[in-house]
Amino acid sequence: MKVSNVRSLLVYVTLLIGAVISLFPFYWAAIAATNESGKVFAKPPVLLPGGMLFENIANLNEAIGIGRVMFNSLFVVVIYTALSLIICTMAGYAFAKFRFKGRDILFGMFLLSMMVPYHALVIPLFKMMAAWGWLNTYQALILPNLAYPFGIFLMRQNMLAVPDAMMEAGRIDGVNEWGLFTRIILPSVKPALAATAIFLFMFQWNSFLWPLIAVQTKEMYTLPVALSSLFGLSRIDYGQVMAGVTLATGPIIIFFLLLQRHFISGMLGSAVKG
Amino acid sequence: MRTKAYVPYLFLTPALGLFAVFMAYPIIYSFLLSFQTSEAGEMVPAGLSNYQRLFSDEIFLTALTNTFVIMVIQVPLMLFFAIVLASSLNAVKRLKGVFRVSFFMPAVTSLVAYSIIFSIMLMGDGIINQLLAAFGIGAIPWLSHPWWAKAALILAMTWRWIGYNMVIYLAAMQNIQESLYEAASIDGASRIKQFFSITIPQLKPVILFTAILSTIGTLQLFDEPYTLTKGGPSDATLTIGMYLYQTGFRYFDFGYASTLAYVIVVIIAVLSFIQFKVTGDE
Repeated sequence: MKVSNVRSLLVYVTLLIGAVISLFPFYWAAIAATNESGKVFAKPPVLLPGGMLFENIANLNEAIGIGRVMFNSLFVVVIYTALSLIICTMAGYAFAKFRFKGRDILFGMFLLSMMVPYHALVIPLFKMMAAWGWLNTYQALILPNLAYPFGIFLMRQNMLAVPDAMMEAGRIDGVNEWGLFTRIILPSVKPALAATAIFLFMFQWNSFLWPLIAVQTKEMYTLPVALSSLFGLSRIDYGQVMAGVTLATGPIIIFFLLLQRHFISGMLGSAVKG
Repeated sequence: MRTKAYVPYLFLTPALGLFAVFMAYPIIYSFLLSFQTSEAGEMVPAGLSNYQRLFSDEIFLTALTNTFVIMVIQVPLMLFFAIVLASSLNAVKRLKGVFRVSFFMPAVTSLVAYSIIFSIMLMGDGIINQLLAAFGIGAIPWLSHPWWAKAALILAMTWRWIGYNMVIYLAAMQNIQESLYEAASIDGASRIKQFFSITIPQLKPVILFTAILSTIGTLQLFDEPYTLTKGGPSDATLTIGMYLYQTGFRYFDFGYASTLAYVIVVIIAVLSFIQFKVTGDE
């Protein structure tokens, strides 16, 4: 009995240390966002909030136009997530619930494309967007990944579990094909829709390489690009940068805390039930 | 009642159209570009010269080595600790949910944002060196020494991804039959023995899955070195992904950059194949 108590105490202590390491950087960033720049290197370290938050945000706004940047990020992410979810769900439905010529080859093609590194696409995409005059536009940020293979895969896997009998019953009742999809299939895969939406949202919100290439003026910066440009300056105002970091991570964390289960299953591709 | 044969194609059309334009076409385009070079602003055929250039390109070889060094150390280290963490969490009854959420939280932060946080924490007079000083350890030149800069990247990446992998392992552990552990306990096997002879073998397919994911991720490493170390000091953390970006979008050498992209494609294909062969006997 004694041995197992000691052991379980040790396990808890290990877990606690791990949790502190996982969470501390967030806390520290938020604290730094409320203090003046030099305080990030103060000895002893400043671990309590200061009164500079609004001033840091005002400076941030002056430097990169944070309102506009937040709007860009949100606008791109919301439009992208909505469109991509519809497209991926429709494709997943076709793959899961129909037998048709070329199905396995097409599905295999989508699966295989998940192995292709994004780097192999950015140069042709850049040239295409340049040729179409689409550099520095919202469509350049939104369009390229709409048919996201992993999203299609996720939706297909979840729709496989919907009994065919439900669709048959619908057909007998005279429901048309679009109605079968929207009124019978979609309501029975709601958790998968939420998980896929979160996956797509996170992908786009954090996306950096492509926006860095496709966007050329400050007015079109997304959050990661704006933060990176700010952090690349020779004189860095740390309070201001950390205010930006907090604005980029804070909303996602709140969102995550509210929707943990959907988040975890979405980000792990529903391989894991939350 | 029969379904019309064209119905599934209608549902697939948007995805297939977008896939053709934004995935299939660029993949082929990129392949063709890798055999071309830019002359006076025009792309002209260059045969295999881009591929030959790889072998004598010191910077490429440095970037390739850096990427592999980071991968070979970071991936096993992170996965091992993720399994340890998962089995610790699997053993406790209280606060499980709280711990799980805490460990997972880094995985929801943007790569640029966490790289910035770590970069500031790891600076010479930053908070991490202050913490080490409290334990009597001298300041570590995290960002200014070639090896420590790699260590800094590895540390940051492990922080970002360990919880993500842990949650995958934790879920897989729920499927390991309790009776295996009971039998081992009766045979007198210690906890540590059980970990290596039951937990790890039972998790093998999941470990393979996570190893492939992490390998692919590390080969494409870009956001972190770009932000955290800016590839330095003196190219010590320059990755293939970063070199490709510089070649393509700083020097606008699209031909050679596409060649670099295909190097990544080939390496990913080969490594995934090897990992399947080595670990997947079923």
